[in-house]
Amino acid sequence: MSVDSATVRKIASLARIAVTDDQVAAMVPELNNILGWIEQLGEVDTKDVAPMTAVIPNTLRLRDDIVSDGNVRDAVLANAPAPEHGFFGVPKVIE
Amino acid sequence: MSEVTDLGIAAIRDGVRDGAFSAREVATAFIDKVAAAKALNAFLVETPDHALAAADAADAARTSGDLKPMSGVPIGMKDLFCTKGVATTAASDILGGFTPPYESTVSGKLWDAGAGMLGKLNMDQFAMGSSNETSAFGNVISPWRRSDGGNASLAPGGSSGGSSAAISARLCPGATGTDTGGSIRQPAAFTGISGIKPTYGRCSRWGVVAFASSLDQAGAMARDVRDCAIMLEAMAGFDAKDSTSLDLPVPDWEGGLNASLKGKRIGIPKEYRVDNMPAEIDALWERGIAWVKDAGAEVVEVSLPHTKYALPAYYIIAPAEASSNLARYDGVRYGLRDLPEGAGLQDMYAATRAAGFGPEVKRRIMIGTYVLSAGFYDAYFTQASKVRTLIARDFDEAWKSCDLLLTPTAPSAAFALGEKSADPLAMYLNDVFTVPSSLAGLPAMSVPGGLDAQGLPLGLQVIGKALDEQGVLNACLAIEQRAGFNARPEAWW
Repeated sequence: MSVDSATVRKIASLARIAVTDDQVAAMVPELNNILGWIEQLGEVDTKDVAPMTAVIPNTLRLRDDIVSDGNVRDAVLANAPAPEHGFFGVPKVIE
Repeated sequence: MSEVTDLGIAAIRDGVRDGAFSAREVATAFIDKVAAAKALNAFLVETPDHALAAADAADAARTSGDLKPMSGVPIGMKDLFCTKGVATTAASDILGGFTPPYESTVSGKLWDAGAGMLGKLNMDQFAMGSSNETSAFGNVISPWRRSDGGNASLAPGGSSGGSSAAISARLCPGATGTDTGGSIRQPAAFTGISGIKPTYGRCSRWGVVAFASSLDQAGAMARDVRDCAIMLEAMAGFDAKDSTSLDLPVPDWEGGLNASLKGKRIGIPKEYRVDNMPAEIDALWERGIAWVKDAGAEVVEVSLPHTKYALPAYYIIAPAEASSNLARYDGVRYGLRDLPEGAGLQDMYAATRAAGFGPEVKRRIMIGTYVLSAGFYDAYFTQASKVRTLIARDFDEAWKSCDLLLTPTAPSAAFALGEKSADPLAMYLNDVFTVPSSLAGLPAMSVPGGLDAQGLPLGLQVIGKALDEQGVLNACLAIEQRAGFNARPEAWW
């Protein structure tokens, strides 16, 4: 499988990364080179192999269903680039 | 007294305890060294006040008889660890202006153990890179130079290259590193220091900027094996805030150090003899084999048949997890926001991420997005996860005939900056010996083995069974004692 410029634009859009025409042109051979190399995994017979889910056997712990902190609005917003009225500010999203 | 900066963690700890010098003297000496070494670009932020406060606490603790395991030891902190009130960027513009209101578990444990912080260390952006050329704040320059008189700037390795450069230049006695596919071990090898990545889950990932969650693991970097044991002990331990943290006691690794390998079987994986391996790497490996035999070990050949598929599997799994982890950088909650005139929310996300991520980070997010996208998920991601199972199984098979594995750490000595940066694939291949054990979550360590013909350090790697950090440390100690590595870079900075 190889990617063309339309595919690169689609991936960039899925990844939410703006790209210029020049960047797309540069990425096509670069990604094809890397993807061509990882294709060799197709050689491995994995018919009866389960995909790895946990690298070291470990049971997932669940914490108690209680509020562990709260009332930390200012700390949560402290690094926001454009907080407003105690909320994260974003550009208008309604028509 | 500039000599105090020649001491390692154990010597500083003991000297402070015995009153040979004060912790404040130690901190001041290292702070001066850091300030005078700007040419290396190893530190992104200097925090002399943090180091001095910890030193004063150590001096007070000595008086009151309340010394902690790392009292009086100032360290460097890789900028991947969130440090309360101190800027943390993961060497990326997208985290510009971010000051964590919390402390990562690992850094918090180190402060609780009495350590102080000299500053935040430069690294490959989001830990993606093997040479420290992807930092948004410029390359870290290795303190080492080739003996050819050319003075080419060399890579300190990556991604923990600020850590490795700072330790080998004697700017700090130890530093934290993180290892996703070799990011502690390869820079340690390139700069003639020691570095250990413990079993996945030994160190909490809470508060560590995430790259690939199923692989990321913090570890210790220092000048020798004992110092790594001391520091790792202070960093490791169960953390309820990380669901992958192992709920196990931390062994007394320093107390358990023992360089005798009598009764140990050490495996030499035949598939690690890769094509075109430089003769010097092969010779180093042979010396390593002789050293572990001399320490009493029996050496056996083992097979890890899926070795050649580890790198391609890694370069699917790690970018896939990264594309998901890095989705959080969107210009809303922290860091950079790029809001072009009249842009909507989606355009803001795209513009922010285009402006904030470096080329290698974008490349990996793109690959990760592609391999996870509809229609390709099974062919790439599921297949890579199955191959990962086979790689882990290879190690399980090997453990039936040996206790530890011995390999070179990297396929070459440090390369010059710029030498591989135009070809991402060539750069990825540098991790060929470190990636398989990362995929299997196993503890692994690099220890200096000697110098190449150009006078540059070469490292040997020991890989152990899950949770056998002690075995890994002991084998590395045996090698360290026999290698007698005492070369250091000549100060030019």
